[in-house]
Amino acid sequence: MTAREEILASIRNALEVQASDPAGSHARIAQGYNRIGKLNHEARLEFFIDRLVDYDTEIIQVTAEAELPGAIAEALQHAGEDRALIAAAFPAAWLPASVSFKVDNNLPTSEIEGVPAVVTTCEAAVAATGTIILVHEGAQARRVLTLLPDHHICLVRRDQVFELLPETLIAIAAKAAKPITTISGPSATSDIEMTRIRGVHGPRRLTVILYG
Amino acid sequence: MSIVVGKTSKAPDFPVAAKAALKNDQLRRNVHHATNVIRNKRALRVEEMPDWEQLRSAGSEIKAHTLAHLDHYLIEFERNCELAGGKVHWARDADEANKIAIELIRHYGGDGPGVEVIKVKTMTSDEVQMNHALEAAGIKPIETDLADMIVQLGNDEPSHIVVPALHKNRFEIRDIFRDKMEKPELTEQPEDLTAAARGYLRERFLRTKIGISGANFAIADTGSVCVVESEGNGRMCVTLPDVLITLVGIEKVIPSFADLEIFLQTLPRSATGERMNPYNSLWTGVTPGDGPQAFHVILLDNGRTKLLQDEIERETLQCIRCGACLNACPVYRETGGHAYGSIYSGPIGAILSPQLQSLEHSRSLPYASTLCGACYEVCPVKINIPEVLIHLRGEVVREDQKTLSGKLSAENIAMQAAANIFLSHRRYEAAQRMARIGQTIFKRDGQLTNLPGMAGAWTRSRDLRPIPKQSFRDWWKSREKKDGANA
Repeated sequence: MTAREEILASIRNALEVQASDPAGSHARIAQGYNRIGKLNHEARLEFFIDRLVDYDTEIIQVTAEAELPGAIAEALQHAGEDRALIAAAFPAAWLPASVSFKVDNNLPTSEIEGVPAVVTTCEAAVAATGTIILVHEGAQARRVLTLLPDHHICLVRRDQVFELLPETLIAIAAKAAKPITTISGPSATSDIEMTRIRGVHGPRRLTVILYG
Repeated sequence: MSIVVGKTSKAPDFPVAAKAALKNDQLRRNVHHATNVIRNKRALRVEEMPDWEQLRSAGSEIKAHTLAHLDHYLIEFERNCELAGGKVHWARDADEANKIAIELIRHYGGDGPGVEVIKVKTMTSDEVQMNHALEAAGIKPIETDLADMIVQLGNDEPSHIVVPALHKNRFEIRDIFRDKMEKPELTEQPEDLTAAARGYLRERFLRTKIGISGANFAIADTGSVCVVESEGNGRMCVTLPDVLITLVGIEKVIPSFADLEIFLQTLPRSATGERMNPYNSLWTGVTPGDGPQAFHVILLDNGRTKLLQDEIERETLQCIRCGACLNACPVYRETGGHAYGSIYSGPIGAILSPQLQSLEHSRSLPYASTLCGACYEVCPVKINIPEVLIHLRGEVVREDQKTLSGKLSAENIAMQAAANIFLSHRRYEAAQRMARIGQTIFKRDGQLTNLPGMAGAWTRSRDLRPIPKQSFRDWWKSREKKDGANA
């Protein structure tokens, strides 16, 4: 017998009752917890901002899309950076003229390493945990682009913010098989005496630009 | 089949190892500090959740359901992972898992000496002692989680499921880094130590072609794998290499992507007391142009299917490795993890290690508990650890009774005699009368001290009140007589 056959056989031997309908019994498991949020738009955004601040995320708030170039320039300037990466699909109209952008047309790692910042959009965000979710396609960029630069600037449209995690995952379920990264604050560790240190291997700086 | 759980089979009994650990003041201070911090943070983050109990129940039910249909979900995961360009391998035990990994590394990395692989924290790879096997094959594994680096560079063993180096303080870590990274100027500031780790690993992340990871969740309906982490080393390991090998215990499968809505709420709050850990990475097979272009999953049994047979034992497989039970345990908090002799320590280790391997190894672990129930209370998937501990104690005794020396042991004879006495009220009352007479010479200040034989183990460190002159039953009888006389 192959290992596969043997493992499956010992599972089947061990499980005396083989229910015929796993999907049905899975669906019947009670979801007694909160799945859909109750806060209104303003309260939800306030909640989100509160949680972002709690996890050391910098926040810039604008209203119109036309203000995005200014906000991006501000985020970079504040960090003392003059170069940034973007995905090829990133809208050109949002780019500030004062900054030189390196467009990812399948850049090799060696050309990504060394660029101090990256600007992306996101798929959704969770207020309760201060989490932004990237589904790595289009302007959300490939995974490596959002990983090597030390500063990640992420544009979050206000209507992309959900209150709770369950409703957020429901909203992105159609894209579940794409590479997904959820980001809650800058990279961190508590491995030394449980002292939270900001910035290990991932970006040490995270800026969220709220717009729309 | 050779089921291996770290170095458990060679470990001393828990009481022996615990005694040594208790004499190490530095270790106890470190463990106390770390577990206190996580416990307090966890309590804070759990308290703010109005639906915590419902999340625990749902998580427990999802896990129980998955285990009851484990074959179905493993096959579904395999199908979806392979449809997306991944390749799934199955390993009966530790040796087989290591062999598969080594073959894959040889295939992609060549036969030459000094092939390097970068690894993101996986307890399962510690379970199968993968680093040891890789090194024996001339492959150099590089641990990238900060705590795992501390353990690897210090030639140490993990002492906690989530924070493997929690037994080391900043000064001890500084000394390891100074020595192994050749940075004599390094200070003990956590910021400096963290920066040193970043510098040390950065170039290794960029040059290494093969990555090895574990998985927190393998999702059947999408074929995706999810890795939960904080530092970004996980993202590096699953993104930068050309080839990714992921080792997954078969109990890590969950039915659907939607189920993450429970576990991604309960795991971070339970493990590190954060609302959400900084990073979760999810990927499905191979994505052209993004991340590793070859992806292999090794599904590991290594004793897990044995646990499915018994419903009490099966519960152990619900574990999502959050480590909350370690931080809550009054025994773990005193001894730290090494005393358990297994990479899985604390309450969950005390039930997992002896069940994965046969009971003859780590047979002292089911007794490494006061049965206070703190572990059960904090478990985000409601594993009734005290119940499993008692069940395993029963197993240990039943195993012993099968051997002649076990049958003739003082404990067994005493227990058999006690069972016999408890069967009849006459025998019970006679025994009480005898004990009342016998105990007089051991009475000191109203307590029994220095009882002989096995009972001495109890009275050495605990108060034991003597049997009173009159038992309740005696009193009841005399009262009836009195009533009768009055009537």
